[in-house]
Amino acid sequence: MSENATRREEILGRIRSSLKVDPDAMDRLEVVADRLEDHKRNLVPERAVGTSAKNVKQFCQMMEAVNGTVEHVKSPSEIPGAISKYLRNHNLPQVIRRGSDPALDKLPWSKARTLQVSVGVARKDDEVSVSRAFAAVAETGTLVMTSGADNPTSLNFLPENHIVVVESGRVAGSYEDAWDVVRAVYGDGEMPRTVNLISGPSRTGDIEQKIELGAHGPRRLHVIVLNRPAGSK
Amino acid sequence: MSESKIKVGLFVTCLVDIFRPSVGFAAVKLLEDAGCTVEVPEMQTCCGQPAYNTGDRKTSKEIAEKTIRAFEPYEYVVAPSGSCAGMLKKHYPTLFGEGTGVQSRAIALADKTHELVSFLTDVLEVKGVDAQFGRCVTYHDSCSGLRELKVHKQPRKLLSSVAGLELREMSDANVCCGFGGTFCVKYPDISNDMLTKKMANIEASGADVLLAGDLGCLMNMAGKLKRDGSKIEVRHVAEVLAGETLLPSIGEGED
Amino acid sequence: MDSTAHNFKKNAAGALNDAQLQRALAHVPRGFVKKRADAADALPEFERLRDQGRDIKNHVLEHLDIYLEAFEEKVVEAGGYVHWATTAEEARNLVVRLCLDREAETVTKGKSMISEEIGLNAGLEKVGIEPVETDLGEYIIQLRGETPSHLIAPAVHLNKDQIEADFRRVHTELPEERNLHEPASLVHEAREILRDKYLDADVGITGANFLIAETGTSVIVTNEGNGDLTQILPKTHIVIASIEKVVPTLEDASTFVRLLARSATGQEISNYTTFSTGPKRRGDPDGPNEYHVVLLDNGRSSMLGTEFQDMLRCIRCGACLNHCPVYQAVGGHAYGWVYSGPMGSVLTPNLIGVDEAGHLPNASTFCGRCEEVCPMRIPLPRMMRNWREREFEKHLTPFTIRRGLGVWAWFAQRPKLYQRVTALASRLLKWRAGSKGRMKNVPLADGWVKYRDLPAPQGKTFQQMWKERGNV
Repeated sequence: MSENATRREEILGRIRSSLKVDPDAMDRLEVVADRLEDHKRNLVPERAVGTSAKNVKQFCQMMEAVNGTVEHVKSPSEIPGAISKYLRNHNLPQVIRRGSDPALDKLPWSKARTLQVSVGVARKDDEVSVSRAFAAVAETGTLVMTSGADNPTSLNFLPENHIVVVESGRVAGSYEDAWDVVRAVYGDGEMPRTVNLISGPSRTGDIEQKIELGAHGPRRLHVIVLNRPAGSK
Repeated sequence: MSESKIKVGLFVTCLVDIFRPSVGFAAVKLLEDAGCTVEVPEMQTCCGQPAYNTGDRKTSKEIAEKTIRAFEPYEYVVAPSGSCAGMLKKHYPTLFGEGTGVQSRAIALADKTHELVSFLTDVLEVKGVDAQFGRCVTYHDSCSGLRELKVHKQPRKLLSSVAGLELREMSDANVCCGFGGTFCVKYPDISNDMLTKKMANIEASGADVLLAGDLGCLMNMAGKLKRDGSKIEVRHVAEVLAGETLLPSIGEGED
Repeated sequence: MDSTAHNFKKNAAGALNDAQLQRALAHVPRGFVKKRADAADALPEFERLRDQGRDIKNHVLEHLDIYLEAFEEKVVEAGGYVHWATTAEEARNLVVRLCLDREAETVTKGKSMISEEIGLNAGLEKVGIEPVETDLGEYIIQLRGETPSHLIAPAVHLNKDQIEADFRRVHTELPEERNLHEPASLVHEAREILRDKYLDADVGITGANFLIAETGTSVIVTNEGNGDLTQILPKTHIVIASIEKVVPTLEDASTFVRLLARSATGQEISNYTTFSTGPKRRGDPDGPNEYHVVLLDNGRSSMLGTEFQDMLRCIRCGACLNHCPVYQAVGGHAYGWVYSGPMGSVLTPNLIGVDEAGHLPNASTFCGRCEEVCPMRIPLPRMMRNWREREFEKHLTPFTIRRGLGVWAWFAQRPKLYQRVTALASRLLKWRAGSKGRMKNVPLADGWVKYRDLPAPQGKTFQQMWKERGNV
């Protein structure tokens, strides 16, 4: 037996002897197997349950309450212009980095003539990144981001400014609703390498409990809500 | 009520017994005014908290068993202290083995034990008292009464019926005064720090009388206020509710 | 980490006389306490969520062996490794070995109390690897050679002028005349300095707030985003977590997410809650190539089945520290080891022994505020009392207290005699106080009269007067 296996047996053995349980007791194994397979919901707060319109409204309010900014567009074709305008308003260079998400690929970037768009992971000197959210959660104004070439995780953290596009149909009520979508895409019990729940720009209260934005992650988080029904790509 | 009066056994508490019997008599008056007959079993001493909180479980059990026996004949047991009532109500049942005879007796005692003021309002449904006190008071929520027995609104409700009394809430009324039984002598420096913060809140309230429902906390706070030369009077809430405020306040002499 | 818990009284006295510390600690009741209350009030289901959180943890603890095996299986399935460590030393050596084998020179670290518990930084430094703490508070105390004084706010014992002085002392490459008076400028400076460290690091080490058995996922919760930069940029991500961190499902983790930030900082949710499963996948352009989880026992398995099992429900939110008047008075360092406040007073004796940490469970008034706010409804006062009972049984309770208690208990069990003695004491004390109604000196009551007078008795006991009035 390897050292690791020995230690493993020692710890598991100690747990079983402290609990005074039989390692082979089928009933205990079944209880756990059922719980993992059923992954039943616990109490979901009422505020997380609502219509799609209510979810979107609440998501935006909660996001703004944690210092995120939100704007709405009606068509994907408006997005490049909205990004360009946002950068201008904040005196940022017209340079962004994004992943290879097909929905982002399809945007008419040439409409925003000054905007320089590169695709890939975040680099040290990138000031602005653009991502597309996998989903969002109304309950706490939370974006759900999944890793992959479409939307590299480093884009969520390294640049000082993060712009996220989310389709209104992807705004769920609760975290549990979002997990259902994750399971539908990745399979039961499976996860992408990284799932980030993001609620507002980076902050710290470590110095005298005074809240400062932009501790390590983005100082600004801007959300562009694309108001169209889910599934209509 | 007069047909069949409620029979209450008064758990005096050791501090009231030794230091401030007037609190006990105030409790008796309040209970009698509310239609109870009050008896004081002679076989009571202390609830056992000094032993219990020091980790001496054996002594705690022995004292608890004596207390349980002393109060078996009563319909209700009432104490002018959230801490001692809490000991009888919340802790005695945990001292004895599950399902033992003595545990069931401890549970029976727990079920009928109440802190004085909450007994008046919650069990006897007393809406107000016939008392007058033309002073500005502030009320400290002692920890055990507040957290173990949920005594918070009850004293405020009855105080609001006292003629002439004005209640000014202090900040952090629900934060410990630093007494903690033996804690205050085992860790005097920390206790003093907590007490000093409490003093600042009491002073800042602008009240000229400090009230609470536990004599331990009251002696702790009075001792500090008097050491610091404060003019603020300190009394047990029962004294004010019973209209018995002629005796010197806690820590004050007769002159 | 070496313990000074046995010196608690001395540590506390020093803390009470430290004006800087007292100034810093004043932020705790003003900040955390109010924010938590507001957050709890804003969610009507909060109390019921607490009940569920408690029940989920209880269920996990009763099936801990099975959940750990399930978690391990999923980690391996996702391409990760699980390492088991029975002691702090084993865990430290394991992590150091993993770093050495990867020829690591710099290691970035997210905030982790387990790292403190196993003395990881010292272990890494000993073999020439530079550990860089990236949580702002942790970074600050690392510069100062200190340990965290709070579970979630490691530098809560410091004021900004102290931090400014440290930055000026260490960041000598920056212009001296720069303005560092505001927290914002300090935050910005730390951000700039740490940026390169993230990119240069060979290994990133994080703790875990939760481990999810259903998916083999580790979860970290941060506000700064430092933990994420720590774990996605280096080639290797090592997670160090204690065995009780496992929870069954994503749904269960969601319940804890709802409880954690509200209890800790009063936020609805922390800014970043990150779920990591295995190393990066085929086609992933970023993320670590390797993913390791070190599971630490270090005495926890022995707490199961004892009166201290409930302590293993703790999710390290820090609410009990924030609300504890003793913690507010002396701060975290006085407790002398990794964990402080009420949770430390219960956990520390379990992990390093009650002989060493015996003061901690005694330094409480049992005011009960900790249990009142604990999201996991851990009966902290009850367990502090359990420790006092063990100390009493082991004769660790100071002799003077044992003797005093013995004399008192002897009388307290003999009511007739007791009443004669109390009547005498009442009369004597009243006589001693004279007309002043209080005493500045009382034999055997030094602790009391050091800071306060003793109010005098009224002269007769209640029992005496009751009898005199014709009652029996």
